[in-house]
Amino acid sequence: MQGFRLHFVMLLRLSWRNLWRNHRRTYIMLGAISVGVWAMIFMTALMRGMVDDMLNQGIHNLPGHIQIQHPAFLDDPSVVNSIAEPEGELLAALNQPGVKRWATRIKVPAVIASERESRGINLLGVEAEAEADITGLPAQVSEGRFLESNQDQGVVIGAKLAQRLETRLGKRVVVMSQDPDNNISERGFRVVGIYRAEMPGLEEYNVYAARDTLQKLLRIEGRVSQIVIVDQDYRDIESLYRRIEKVTPSTLEIKPWYEIDNYLAAMFNMMDGFVLVWVIIIFLALSFGLVNTLVMAVFERVREIGLIQALGMRPRLIVYQILLESLLLLLIGLAIGNGLAIITVKPLESGLDISMVAEGMAMMGASSMLYPNLTLHDMLLANSVVIILGILTSILPAWRAAHLDPVRALNST
Amino acid sequence: MSAIHCHQLCKTFRQGDEIITGLDHVDISIEEGEFVCLSGPSGSGKTTLLNAIGGLDTPDSGEIRMGDIRIDQLERGPLADMRLHHIGFVFQAYNLIPVLTAQENVEFVMQVQGIPAAERSRKARDILREVGLEGMEDRRPAQLSGGQQQRVAVARAIVSHPDLVLADEPTANLDSVASTHLMGLFSELNENHKITFVIATHDKRVMSYARRLIKMQDGKIISDEAQ
Repeated sequence: MQGFRLHFVMLLRLSWRNLWRNHRRTYIMLGAISVGVWAMIFMTALMRGMVDDMLNQGIHNLPGHIQIQHPAFLDDPSVVNSIAEPEGELLAALNQPGVKRWATRIKVPAVIASERESRGINLLGVEAEAEADITGLPAQVSEGRFLESNQDQGVVIGAKLAQRLETRLGKRVVVMSQDPDNNISERGFRVVGIYRAEMPGLEEYNVYAARDTLQKLLRIEGRVSQIVIVDQDYRDIESLYRRIEKVTPSTLEIKPWYEIDNYLAAMFNMMDGFVLVWVIIIFLALSFGLVNTLVMAVFERVREIGLIQALGMRPRLIVYQILLESLLLLLIGLAIGNGLAIITVKPLESGLDISMVAEGMAMMGASSMLYPNLTLHDMLLANSVVIILGILTSILPAWRAAHLDPVRALNST
Repeated sequence: MSAIHCHQLCKTFRQGDEIITGLDHVDISIEEGEFVCLSGPSGSGKTTLLNAIGGLDTPDSGEIRMGDIRIDQLERGPLADMRLHHIGFVFQAYNLIPVLTAQENVEFVMQVQGIPAAERSRKARDILREVGLEGMEDRRPAQLSGGQQQRVAVARAIVSHPDLVLADEPTANLDSVASTHLMGLFSELNENHKITFVIATHDKRVMSYARRLIKMQDGKIISDEAQ
């Protein structure tokens, strides 16, 4: 152990001093590594922020992390596929402290008509108080108010829909749908609020009314379309899902968000892969500079390497010395790159306004504000890739240095 | 382990289409504590023989023994260990590691050997004092004259008391005063520490210090005389 420590100290000293023999080259290489690492982490934070936003938006639109519904509801979201409001064991499980929020909802296709226009819509009967945690819609109301109770008699429509219907706040609209017996149910509502969605596309289709009011309209008192459950973090819902699943009646279907929307699940699963590929691509660009630096460093020191071979340094130690030199270069570059990334990402975490490309972002399911997300996991991934691949690419120059012919090396000019 | 026996050593080099003979069936034995000079014109095989004895180069045929060990059959690792523990080298030039100070250069071999820091430091200071470089321990090679650099190299070669010191044209880049000083140092070390010296040179002043003079030509030993 002491021998290892002595060798390590010696190799460290040699590597550190060799690193600064050619200041300019070392600074250039450090600049390249730092900028590369910064780009890796900064762009990863932007991508992570965008994907997180797309996932959050997507989950808000489902809505919820876990849904319980009639087994046929996802294929045929009509009023006939409703379920009873939760009771007994299921109700007790939903009211346990681990659940951040749960609510029942009605979701049926409907037609909305103003005095000028009519449109097909998703009619949503929601619990007014829970909606802030379920979809965050109350915060998006730009005119008027959100629903105040489960018996509220008004509707909240999107700004785009209001524009299409040529209606406005305070005007009356007529909503038509079908009851379970396929009879037309219709009634007039006053527009009490207009919302502007993070994803403009939704404004045209989702119309919000109070749950109890819709139950009466559709003649489904005591029944709902879905039970929606929100956990603390969408990434970690397994334990809650298992707990709720145990007490869900077998006649109902329970699904986590990633089974409801395969696109969101694929996006979630592919994000780590995207990050890894991105980090490796940047590293590949860096690796040419790194290998070139080490090859030059070895080339300039051929005679010196011959000397230390002659003095009795084992080839293994020469390999370690070159690798240590590479590791020091990488570590300094990583420290600077990580520092730059933190300094540049942190101020942007409160949100980056990308409204100029909002329509394009909406098509991808993201909102007009981008919140870069700098995670320890992504930083560790970028750092690990740079160190592991950096050392791997340094092995060849190090191996070549260790296997130089000492006589030729000593006689080289 | 110090006695060296070379038997029928042959070594050739290819230079373009030409085959050059480096060593031509060389037989030589060097006993412990000897002070030997290899002399001869350039290309006579002095350095080739020195490199072969030091395990830096492998002969095409023949055998080299140092004590009971067949040097010519050792792998790279054990060969490096043998050089580390039994042989000190002094080359004509570029003898020192430029990023290390004089003291660190002297300590280098001991550090590879795994000698603890305090002992290393004490031995390095003592030997630097012995070679007349007291007060210059913290200077880097670029801050030392050619003669001082050679003395650091000698200090490094002998600090861990090797059985054998191989020196290749050690005075080639030194003025006469520095050369005389260095050879005086070699003689003193040979007498006081019983270190075997084998010095390749074509400098007559250096040869005058030897107690055995081996002359080489075209890779062969043409004379081997005690002085």
